[in-house]
Amino acid sequence: MSGFVELPLHRIAHGRAGDKGDRLNISVIAYDAAHYPLIRDQVTVERVAELFAHRRPGHIERFELPRLWALNFVIDDVLEGGVNDALNLDGHGKTHSFLLLSMMLRVPRDGLPAGLAAFSTPDASHVSSNPHEGAGS
Amino acid sequence: MPDHGTVRVGCGAGFSGDRLDAPLPVVRSLIAQGGPAAIMFETLGERTLALAQLARLENPQAGYEPLLERMLEPILSLCLAHGIRIIGNFGAANPHGAAQAIRALGRRLGCPPFRIAVVTGDDLIASGAIDGLEDLQGTPRQPGEVICANAYVGAAPLVEALAAGADVVVTGRVADPSLALAPFAFFHGWSLDDTRLAACGTLAGHLLECGAQVTGGYYADPGFKDVPHPERIGFPIVAMQADGSFTVTRADDIGGLVDRHTVTEQMLYEIHDPSTYLTPDVTLDITGVELAETGPDCVRVEGARGRPRPERLKVTVSHDAGWFGEAEISYAGPNALARARLAMDVVRRRMPEGVRMRADLVGVASVFNDDAGEWLDRHGADPLAMRDVRLRVAVSAPNRAVAARAPEEVLALYCAGPAGGGGVRSSLRRRISTSSGYIRRELVRPLVEILE
Repeated sequence: MSGFVELPLHRIAHGRAGDKGDRLNISVIAYDAAHYPLIRDQVTVERVAELFAHRRPGHIERFELPRLWALNFVIDDVLEGGVNDALNLDGHGKTHSFLLLSMMLRVPRDGLPAGLAAFSTPDASHVSSNPHEGAGS
Repeated sequence: MPDHGTVRVGCGAGFSGDRLDAPLPVVRSLIAQGGPAAIMFETLGERTLALAQLARLENPQAGYEPLLERMLEPILSLCLAHGIRIIGNFGAANPHGAAQAIRALGRRLGCPPFRIAVVTGDDLIASGAIDGLEDLQGTPRQPGEVICANAYVGAAPLVEALAAGADVVVTGRVADPSLALAPFAFFHGWSLDDTRLAACGTLAGHLLECGAQVTGGYYADPGFKDVPHPERIGFPIVAMQADGSFTVTRADDIGGLVDRHTVTEQMLYEIHDPSTYLTPDVTLDITGVELAETGPDCVRVEGARGRPRPERLKVTVSHDAGWFGEAEISYAGPNALARARLAMDVVRRRMPEGVRMRADLVGVASVFNDDAGEWLDRHGADPLAMRDVRLRVAVSAPNRAVAARAPEEVLALYCAGPAGGGGVRSSLRRRISTSSGYIRRELVRPLVEILE
């Protein structure tokens, strides 16, 4: 049996997007304080840049808020002009919190964060021993 | 000012277009809980003020929040009878017009005489202070005529209005959190120069300013974040102590949720550097904030820190930005995706050279898609699936006729496009674009008028 499990960030965190001009901010908040270190270690500026690569991100900054079990990402130039100028249906970028939450995390099976089993999910394939089987891939 | 123990501020609207049945449960809860209280209405988005200014140019009596009367009708008599102050930026581009409308509403409802304060001075074109505008950023690609330029005024003139006995305070552009900081400062007798207390009141205002967004609105994600009765969410109320510690609760309605997660989502909403949130009143630092769930739908918030307020006020400038045309059509059943893609290609080929156009296939790739369609190419290739696909075409252009090509070309797909397209909907509207600048504080002089 493989030693790693893949799971989407959405399983262990929630978030909200906000916009100011062509600057998007997305919070990532752990449901459980115990999962914060995992999120802090894996949800990096580089991986966020990969997720938004098709939008040609400019500067991306990450702020850590351990007391709130949260990260805050500030992502420049991915809103194609923002609500001022974008042709996108969602010029505010409000839906993009869920693009970030689709990020897959890789977790050692024996290091699976405590309490994860408590999450009810309609789709059991979200936790899989096969890294290519995870949702969102 | 004597110490009043607990001061409560509730939120009746988080944007223009919010639920009109939300304010009444807030006011009923404030009455039941007793003590000094206010209800705030935040109805002025960045573009809302420019739309109001355009409305006023067409009709000098208009230019304030279009839903003002319907927002206040259910609560005005109750608030006056129980001394609950009403504070709102629903004056938009015409605070005096809003005040007249509230006066007329009071007469119609048979209210006893009451005092309305009108706060102006934010309009830099009216005051002539526009020449002091500095560091304008985010100028649109085709900057048109300036529609309006407004500075974000802070809590000080609102405190002045409350101290003058205003039952209703009507403002134009004011920093959203200042709508809450003002009643906290007034009833508790805080000095706005006390940066820690100003920070606490500002954080409370930031949590309140979007209405239900802190009490389970814009939050539900079934199976992960469930919200009781999302069709009837109780809007937020903050109970503030004199020392700046506070709890977030919700109006006693049948639905909604307040826990550390709803509070954290709203706390970080539209925040960039969490140690430096700039308002006209204070530089707020939330990095030391601690949350504690102290009861059902009750979260205690402590640890906001403040540094002195910035020397310059933020200014939003709105420009005319041409026209925006948008249209959609559906294809469903066998080969729907291929027919929708063909329709997209047909419209693309027929657009004049140089038109700025984008096409999405809703149901396959739309909001995550990009103008160049890279996302669609990467994720949308599954032609065998039986799908229900909606083509959407958008065009942005300086003149109306070019933007109108989006609705025209999509409509023409009815007779000349691929097989089986249906349900065309389209719109063509003016576009307003905003940019941000700064102005030295002393150039903006807010004026408080009391109307008896």
